[in-house]
Amino acid sequence: MKLIALVVALGLAGTASAQTALPPAPYAYTQLDNPALEAKAKALMETIRCLTCQGQSIADSNASMAADLRSDIRERIKAGEAPEHIRAWLIERYGDWISYKPTAEPITWPLWAAPLLLLGAGAYVVTGRLKGHKGRRA
Amino acid sequence: MIAETGLAMLWLAATLAALQLFLAWVTVARGNDGAARLMHPVALLQGALTAGAFALLITLFLRSDMSVLLVAENSHSMKPFIYKFAGTWGNHEGSLLLWVTVMSVAGTAVALFERGLDRATHFATLGAQAAISLGFYAFLLFASNPFARLNPPAPDGRGLNPLLQDPGLAFHPPTLYLGYVGLSVAFSFAVGALLTRQVNARFARAMRPWVLVAWMFLTLGITAGSYWAYYSLGWGGWWFWDPTENASLMPWLAATALFHSISVLAARDALRAWTIMLSVVAFAMSMIGTFLVRSGILTSVHAFAVDPTRGAFLLALLAIYIGGSLLLFGLRIGTVNEGTRFDPVSREAFLVINNLLLSVILGLVLIGTLYPLLTEMMGVKVSVGPPYFNMIVGPIALILMLLLVIGPLARWRRDHLRSLLRKTIPAIGLALLVLVAVKLIVGARIGVMPLLGLTAAAGVALASIMPLFGRNLRRTPLFTWGMVIAHLGCAVSLAGMASDSAFVTEKLVAARPGTTIDVGGWKVEFRQVMPIAGPNWTAMDATMAVSRNGSEPVLMHPQARFFSNPPTPTTESAQLTAWDGQLYLVLGDELGDGRWQLRLWWKPFVTLIWAGGALIALGGGLALVGRVGRGWLRARARGRIHAEEVLA
Amino acid sequence: MKRPWLLWIPLAAFLVFLTIGSLGLHRDQQQIVRSRMIGKPIPGMDMPAASSSNPAFSTKAFADGKVHLVNIFASWCVPCAAEAPQLAQLQQRGVLIDGIAVRDARPDVDDFLAKFGNPYARIGLDARSVMQFYLGSSGVPESYVVDGKGVIRYQHWGPIMPQDMDDILEQLREAAS
Repeated sequence: MKLIALVVALGLAGTASAQTALPPAPYAYTQLDNPALEAKAKALMETIRCLTCQGQSIADSNASMAADLRSDIRERIKAGEAPEHIRAWLIERYGDWISYKPTAEPITWPLWAAPLLLLGAGAYVVTGRLKGHKGRRA
Repeated sequence: MIAETGLAMLWLAATLAALQLFLAWVTVARGNDGAARLMHPVALLQGALTAGAFALLITLFLRSDMSVLLVAENSHSMKPFIYKFAGTWGNHEGSLLLWVTVMSVAGTAVALFERGLDRATHFATLGAQAAISLGFYAFLLFASNPFARLNPPAPDGRGLNPLLQDPGLAFHPPTLYLGYVGLSVAFSFAVGALLTRQVNARFARAMRPWVLVAWMFLTLGITAGSYWAYYSLGWGGWWFWDPTENASLMPWLAATALFHSISVLAARDALRAWTIMLSVVAFAMSMIGTFLVRSGILTSVHAFAVDPTRGAFLLALLAIYIGGSLLLFGLRIGTVNEGTRFDPVSREAFLVINNLLLSVILGLVLIGTLYPLLTEMMGVKVSVGPPYFNMIVGPIALILMLLLVIGPLARWRRDHLRSLLRKTIPAIGLALLVLVAVKLIVGARIGVMPLLGLTAAAGVALASIMPLFGRNLRRTPLFTWGMVIAHLGCAVSLAGMASDSAFVTEKLVAARPGTTIDVGGWKVEFRQVMPIAGPNWTAMDATMAVSRNGSEPVLMHPQARFFSNPPTPTTESAQLTAWDGQLYLVLGDELGDGRWQLRLWWKPFVTLIWAGGALIALGGGLALVGRVGRGWLRARARGRIHAEEVLA
Repeated sequence: MKRPWLLWIPLAAFLVFLTIGSLGLHRDQQQIVRSRMIGKPIPGMDMPAASSSNPAFSTKAFADGKVHLVNIFASWCVPCAAEAPQLAQLQQRGVLIDGIAVRDARPDVDDFLAKFGNPYARIGLDARSVMQFYLGSSGVPESYVVDGKGVIRYQHWGPIMPQDMDDILEQLREAAS
């Protein structure tokens, strides 16, 4: 355990060298010329999770893998691929985890049901406090 | 020597807390008056000792005493003075000592200044405060000792995380903790009142100032944290629904609902169960928040101590305190008369709906934050982030805004729907005007939610000042001004959020020095990049001359910094604040061919977000002064100003 | 008191939270994102040569009846150095190891191989992490066992340490059968 911690710490220190000596991918830090396509790409990137970060989207990250993925996404959108198709492609390889936008899978149904349930429960509690409702008690 | 003294003071304070709890039990349950006289001195001494221990820890950091483990792991002799000072709480043990200090000093404050409660409840409250302090003293002394020694002493420290070497560290955690931990007082009040069965209007009036103080600081803390993240992370975002951020938002939502509920309890002697429940929930959210952030069960950019054993300790404290108080609640509140039912069109009814919506948002944020943990138990990894939270919370928040238009204008007890709706016409009218105007000017380029946000902001802004119409402004109570300004702050903040979302322009370019870039009507001339050095860092400093409509160029200096202890690269963005927005510039990496990556944003009216937050806190402050002032005047009129009255 | 059972809902919800919290504390703390390509054919991609000593390779020709161990590494990755002895051992046992160097450059890869040994048959260059995305890989180092029909059978996340050798050999055996 300590060895791995040491190694990872050294690794983090050592990553500065060759990794950043390579230029970033063409569209990692550059926008597409077509504003409509750029908007589509940006909307998608804000919902794709960075693989090497602690809870950020690739749109907000300086990590090199996030930068590479941004460039890949922009190139694909430029080539005409649909954003949802790219998302599905990524989910196929990394699972639901990589998409911040919850999918329609059964595992996320409670997330969609939650607001309705809570609002419903709340309405039930509130109507108990208001006069004239249901006329149950004087 | 200093470290040992500090540790001894903490042990002594913990013992006094145990004594305080015992005295409270003896006074309230056994009716022993002799014990009562000791109560206040014990509480005072406990607070003084803990504050003293905290001061000693600060001293150790300022001296860079490397024989203390905490200093060696988190500080460095070359750090600037302010970060040596603020770095005291930039780590788990130090911030926990800050937590305990605020908690015990808050208890002292209650002992010294609390005048409104009946005697028994006052002592029960002090007892409850001592009881929760004990758990945290135990956590501090047994699992997070800040004064542990390092033998032999380190030659120098590991340094403070560069992202924390920022004025934000001096401001954000202390204000946040005053809020978070200040809510422990509300919790103690609630438990005290449950024990003495004195949940009534007098109790509400007594508790109100304490909740307002905590809430005010929490508002400031969250606002400061958001602004700090905004300018230091370098991508222009100001809220990420990160678990740590949610951990501060949830107590805030509960506390907001709480003092609205208190106003009903104070005015109509109703909503007893809601008020007690919200008091418990508010502090529960503070504790849950600190558990989530320190245990490592959720990944977060902000998480600072990943330690499951400490997490287990916190969970145990949660089980005892929150489980215990919820059990007490279930057993006791049933015997408390709930009060009359409300007319559907009345101020009370709108406040109840307000509480409901705030609680729903709280519940959704909690569920969303914990959901990935739940699914992982079942072997599936999902991510819940801004797309979900924005989609779910946004619409409910808009409904809440709608309520803000109509609620404060409604009369207590019973109002007439037609006359009430007539009063809201100006606000609704203005909102619709803004809706149409924005749509005409901007057309299809604005999303639905930002558009609705601007609309609602306009309506709420007008509606928030309407309670002042037709009144003699000099004789309007201060707490009414407080309400007006706080609600106005909500509208201002919403306007900022909607405007930034709708109208931001972004440019990512790779440019050579000497080029000019256009963004959002500004001309940004990229002049040069020079290496410079600071106290504990080196950087590439870019000089950008910005101007708009031919104005005199202003120089901005975004930097790409490299800190030495610990070795970390950071980006220091540069901002220029104009009356109608903020220019945000970031210097990225140098590409091999002499070009530099630049990120530029023009964010119209984005500063309104935090200006609104400050207004909300100001409103709270005015309400606080107003209430305390009125309470003081009333007490004086009844000749109850002398302290002995409480102990007699 | 009307609807007294309502009063117990908060306690019940809190108990649910306690359960989730304690279960969360006991699970493995590491957040590993595993590839979902296990059981699927390896994506076909041509890659240029990453070093002067080893030829380039293409994953398109992987359905050749032989079991491959695809090792994703980089010269700037320190844990990759830690697994070099284990990879050398595997090569001596006859395992066919193909390397993919991520975000790297020839001189750096050559230096790395000179310093830590060269167990690779072929090494491809993945300059922009694209092959990593295709494979569902989330970092370096990682190793994939691919069977004779070109189907990915197993993913080993992180460096191959001595205690992992048995598992890897077992997976390679199973892929061969």
